[in-house]
Amino acid sequence: MAAEQRVKSPPAKAAFWRRPVFRSALFQTLLVLALVYFGYFLFNNTLHNLEQRGISTGFSFLSQEAGFGIVMTLIPFSELSSYWDTFIVGLLNTLLVSGLGILLATLIGFSMGVARLSRNWLIAKMAAVYIETFRNIPLLLQIMFWYFAVLQPLPGPRQSIHITDILFLNNRGLYLPAPLFEPGFDWVIAALGVAFVTVFFMVRWMHRKQEETGQIFHTVYISLAILSGLPLLAFFATGLPLSWEMPELKGFNFKGGMVMIPELAALLLALSIYTGTFIAEAVRSGILAVSHGQTEAAYALGLRPGTTLRLVVVPQALRVIIPQLTSQYLNLTKNSSLATAVGYPDLVAVFAGTTLNQTGQAVEVIAMTMGVYLLISLAISMFMNWYNKRKQLVER
Amino acid sequence: MKKMYVIASAVAVCALVSSATFAGSNLDSVKKKGFVQCGVNTGVPGFATTDDKGNWEGLDVDVCRAVAAAVFGDASKVKYTPLTAKERFTALQSGEIDILSRNTTWTLTRDSSLGLNFAGVNYYDGQGFLVKKSLGVKSAREMDGASFCIQAGTTTELNLADYFRANKMSYTPITFDKSSETAQAFDAGRCDALTSDQSQLYALRIQLKDPSSAMVLPEVISKEPLGPVVRQGDDDWFNIVRWSLFAMLNAEEYGVNSENVDKLAATSKDPNVRRLLGLEGIKGKGLGLRDNWAAIIVKQVGNYSESFERNVGMDSPLKISRGLNALWSKGGIQYAPPIR
Repeated sequence: MAAEQRVKSPPAKAAFWRRPVFRSALFQTLLVLALVYFGYFLFNNTLHNLEQRGISTGFSFLSQEAGFGIVMTLIPFSELSSYWDTFIVGLLNTLLVSGLGILLATLIGFSMGVARLSRNWLIAKMAAVYIETFRNIPLLLQIMFWYFAVLQPLPGPRQSIHITDILFLNNRGLYLPAPLFEPGFDWVIAALGVAFVTVFFMVRWMHRKQEETGQIFHTVYISLAILSGLPLLAFFATGLPLSWEMPELKGFNFKGGMVMIPELAALLLALSIYTGTFIAEAVRSGILAVSHGQTEAAYALGLRPGTTLRLVVVPQALRVIIPQLTSQYLNLTKNSSLATAVGYPDLVAVFAGTTLNQTGQAVEVIAMTMGVYLLISLAISMFMNWYNKRKQLVER
Repeated sequence: MKKMYVIASAVAVCALVSSATFAGSNLDSVKKKGFVQCGVNTGVPGFATTDDKGNWEGLDVDVCRAVAAAVFGDASKVKYTPLTAKERFTALQSGEIDILSRNTTWTLTRDSSLGLNFAGVNYYDGQGFLVKKSLGVKSAREMDGASFCIQAGTTTELNLADYFRANKMSYTPITFDKSSETAQAFDAGRCDALTSDQSQLYALRIQLKDPSSAMVLPEVISKEPLGPVVRQGDDDWFNIVRWSLFAMLNAEEYGVNSENVDKLAATSKDPNVRRLLGLEGIKGKGLGLRDNWAAIIVKQVGNYSESFERNVGMDSPLKISRGLNALWSKGGIQYAPPIR
């Protein structure tokens, strides 16, 4: 309303093309048009040039048979699978190593960050040495170190290091028994689900009760008891519906069981140890950002050190930590593309590597690969931003 | 005014982009810059490696040198770009290199959908297996369930899959970007066998810690005609590369080599030799080169036999026999069309 009045009030009305509203709208439209045209031009120019040079274009190659094998696939894959399947295989392998890496790096980072602030001289110094060493060596070198210097010199399959014939470690990977789920196992999973729901509501009730009456419950112990008790009960009640498939040396390699290939292990170790150092520093900065007065006030109220850390320091520190954590998660995901250095079949190695080379459709393949990394990164950053909002200081 | 500015800049940007589109013949641009940019392997003994002074040498390198000799009269006017199997086609397509001479297999897909043309075959190869002797394997048929080290982005990857599919056996592929990495992993025992073109197996074997611990299996599971590649749509350049190779083959056939070429040019009465050396016939006109282009190739690089023996044959550590690569007249399949 106010704006309308102001525009109406001048006696001599300015020409429409002199009005700021019109002008800014005009220039913004022009800019957008120019950008769209520029994009269209690039697209067209590329297509034209590709055609002129006799390079085939389009996405029809995705349905062709790939005709090559991949060392590690999370979905059924054979030489008859299509190039689209190689894309999915690569994508899943990238997600696997990034997900596991983020998990491990966070664990390492938080414990090392807290350790560096420890009053124990030895622990603090050891954490400092870890951080300063691994933070300052290039990641690619670390990946190669783990792969070529640590994992490859392990003995061959026939001389594996083993623990009572269940777990085998050799230069082809770490072999573990694989669980075989039998029909009744659904009940165990259902029981686990019920346990989770029960614990969720129980903890909420206990917190409310504590706030109302001050009565303290042993939340953690009770939750753990329910979470492990219910599925175990179901497991015995349905007659132990689980068996194990043991890895066995047959012919050249181990057959059966689960295997973690050394390429994955090397990449995962390097990524989580490297990124862990940055997370540790983020955690340290977050904790130091909480003023000492807060801790003292908590002690004055009679809270013990553990409770103080959990209820007073960490929630405030998280506000500082989360934004940095987000960047580190994004870095880890993007750095996972260094997999190609040790032959781990991630998206870049399989799809932007072998598939690109066999089909020669560089523009399409690279565009898809970049698009995927963009999507993964945006998803991580959306989730972290949402989490950040939740943890932010709510000012009253 | 501002509007004009926006439009003008948009137009300017578009003009810039369009002027970057590809134009002009490769021969002209090569002549202008003064050297041939040649894509070679990152290092396979006998085909493309550097000697102790940093000079490139090898059978594939000699193709580049022959082209430079034909174009400039100087075989040393080549600059090399070492490429992995994954990088090679993009490098050629984008115009970063003029010739790709990097043990590349001629296939239908590569010839028809990559915008490239194979100019000939400078080495007839086939895929084989390198295994540790301690494994006790005598044939590839016994290798059900084994794991193989392979170079990523090669026809080797596809042939291996085909072979195991056809014989209903299973295998695990372990892929690396460089052939040296496959050898390193094979040496460390990451895989049971290394598979690649046979010529490369012999070359990689001498790089192992203990070469005598490994052996090449007798099976050859594929056809691998290796040759130089150029971009499609520039027939002049294609002809120069193709006939530089043919000149070396023809020279061998007519008994012309780097030592006798000058003498033969002065004395030979054989019309074949005289045409090859640019003394009669079409000479260099059709290719847009000087008349004695082939004579310069032979003088500076040698004929095919000289190049073969020096790099991979009996005068080299590889000791590969001519086999398929002997001339058609001597039991092989190397056959060059006549120069006339």
